[in-house]
Amino acid sequence: MRKLLFQGLAKPPLTEAGPTDGEIAALAAELDHLARSRLGRSLAIREVDAGSCNGCELEINALGNAFYDLERFGLRFVASPRHADVLLVTGPVTHNMREALLRTYDATPNPKWVVAAGTCALGEGVFAESYACQKGGVSAVIAVDLYIPGCPPTPTDLLKGLLALITKNTGPSGQVR
Amino acid sequence: MPTYAAIFVQGQRITMHRPFARIVVDEETWLTVATALAGGQAVLLGLWGDAQAVHMAMLEDGANEPVVTTFMCADGRFPSVGRLHAPAIRPERAIHDLFGLDPMGLPDERPWLDHGRWDIGHPLAASGPSARASEPAAYPFLVAEGDGVHQIPVGPVHAGIIEPGHFRFNAAGETVVRLEERLGYTHKGIESLMAGASLDQAARLAGRTSGDSTVAYAYAFALAVEAALGIEISARAIYLRALMAELERLANHLGDIGAICNDAAFALMLAHCGVLRERVLRVAAKAFGHRLMMDCIIPGGVSVDLAPAGVSDIRHLLATIRGVFPALVELYDETASLQDRTVGTGIVPPSLARQFGAGGYIGRASGRAFDTRRHLAYPPYDTLTFDVPVLNEGDVNARVWIRIREVEQSLSLIDQILDRLPADGLLRTEVGGAGERREGLALVEGFRGDVLVSVRLSGEGSIERCHLRDPSWFQWPLLEAAIKGNIVADFPLCNKSFNCSYSGHDL
Ligand code: SF4
Repeated sequence: MRKLLFQGLAKPPLTEAGPTDGEIAALAAELDHLARSRLGRSLAIREVDAGSCNGCELEINALGNAFYDLERFGLRFVASPRHADVLLVTGPVTHNMREALLRTYDATPNPKWVVAAGTCALGEGVFAESYACQKGGVSAVIAVDLYIPGCPPTPTDLLKGLLALITKNTGPSGQVR
Repeated sequence: MPTYAAIFVQGQRITMHRPFARIVVDEETWLTVATALAGGQAVLLGLWGDAQAVHMAMLEDGANEPVVTTFMCADGRFPSVGRLHAPAIRPERAIHDLFGLDPMGLPDERPWLDHGRWDIGHPLAASGPSARASEPAAYPFLVAEGDGVHQIPVGPVHAGIIEPGHFRFNAAGETVVRLEERLGYTHKGIESLMAGASLDQAARLAGRTSGDSTVAYAYAFALAVEAALGIEISARAIYLRALMAELERLANHLGDIGAICNDAAFALMLAHCGVLRERVLRVAAKAFGHRLMMDCIIPGGVSVDLAPAGVSDIRHLLATIRGVFPALVELYDETASLQDRTVGTGIVPPSLARQFGAGGYIGRASGRAFDTRRHLAYPPYDTLTFDVPVLNEGDVNARVWIRIREVEQSLSLIDQILDRLPADGLLRTEVGGAGERREGLALVEGFRGDVLVSVRLSGEGSIERCHLRDPSWFQWPLLEAAIKGNIVADFPLCNKSFNCSYSGHDL
């Protein structure tokens, strides 16, 4: 273990050497600044899988790896909706998950934002016409502030989306409700 | 009489089903098979419904070809296999939900995928779906009684970034007395969407049954269609498919090893494995245009070619992993605090793994050496050299070690594949209808075990019926057994070491 830890000290961090580091660094600076100026703190995100194929979850999970290192942007995933500013929802919203999604939304304190990530969550995609899925995706169940398309969206797409959320001029939907 | 012989003698063979036999059997033979499954002379590979029929795929001990038996449900009923053989219970509950067919004598009649929230009932019934009138009823969980036994309900929304499902713990203090799973939350109606779909649509759907196994599903679907139509594909396409499948296995195993250690509060491993996983995905994106390689395998071949630069990128990736991975393995092996959590935790006894026909690292960590790449080998695996690692302990530690060994095997397989990859060749062979109904069945080894796909094509080549069976069907029940007697706090660790698919199971 010591060897690995020392290696870690000796080597430059991956977060700076990543292939898309220019883009991400710019996003990081802007997002950090905006998140702080609007919220005065970091953004806490609660992920809700509303019936995804799990492809979207894989890429959301990847946001935490050393290349993207989401937390340096002031963004972090939390374990409970009660601690969240943002609900990040994936999947077509199966009828079997509809109530759980609604309850999670209600458990999230205002102000809150809802981000629908992935083609399925947008109400499009391969499952849209099923008897088992909500027509119209996430926005048919709860008000969505932002869509991040992609099947699945890449980690970079997701980061860009979260940046766009902060730069949006309108307030969170949770506030007006 | 051996089971296969009984089936072939008593039943009527369906000639359009390829490459394996499908036999229509009477009630007596159907029950002979169920008895053989219960007695351990054969393994259940799948059990699924159809309009007015049920199909059961099984593999007899010592045989190297599965057989599908079909029972025609003349009056909408069939003799329950689950009554004799527990692994069939959940599939039969699902058959009842989707097709309205009645498994006679099924010991558990609670709905499984149908939570009472769809507008319709029995969506795939031969006579069409029925209207839904009533409100969803409460789901009666099994009860455990005793002094101080209390229930802990968890989910469907969990604390991490994972798929939804419900776990009902009955615990005495910290010790789990019984865990009951309730799944079906991610039911998307894939099999109903399949009906009538074109081959291209269907391939996209198949590849989204479980996103982490998108290559394996698209692969199995393509093989089933090609078997049905009798299509040969080019050698280059064959090798490219295997290349993608091994990259998928590599990425998932690396991710899992890190995540399991993280759940044992050892984050360093997650950090390092996460980096390796990300490197695999980036190389996949560069080589095939999609990080998870979705929609890259299609019936008839592949949809993307691998550029020469892709080959050197992958070689470079292999060198990187080989440079880093051994130190991580050593770290895992030598960290006592980590082993303290994984050794002896969440044990699946070999007898249960065998009974349930558990595939992948769950079966192989519990003494079941089954690997479709070896035992039902499809090209190019029939000519490649690799080991199927097996352990007997059946604990979290064993499941980690199987993954470690399989990472090493995949590295070697990718080397062999790149060495033999033909320089050029047709990417996609023409596929179309055969002018008559055709059926095909295929099994492919995904990272978590054997994926089974059965298709029936119309004369024009569209899908009449497609069943996709995730390995998780026969792994989820074992998690209930594995956690018994462990403490509640070890559940996330056990669960992660299983890493069953919710989406693949719920369909
Ligand atoms: S958008 Fe694509 S990756 Fe995400 S859940 Fe839907 S099918 Fe899966």
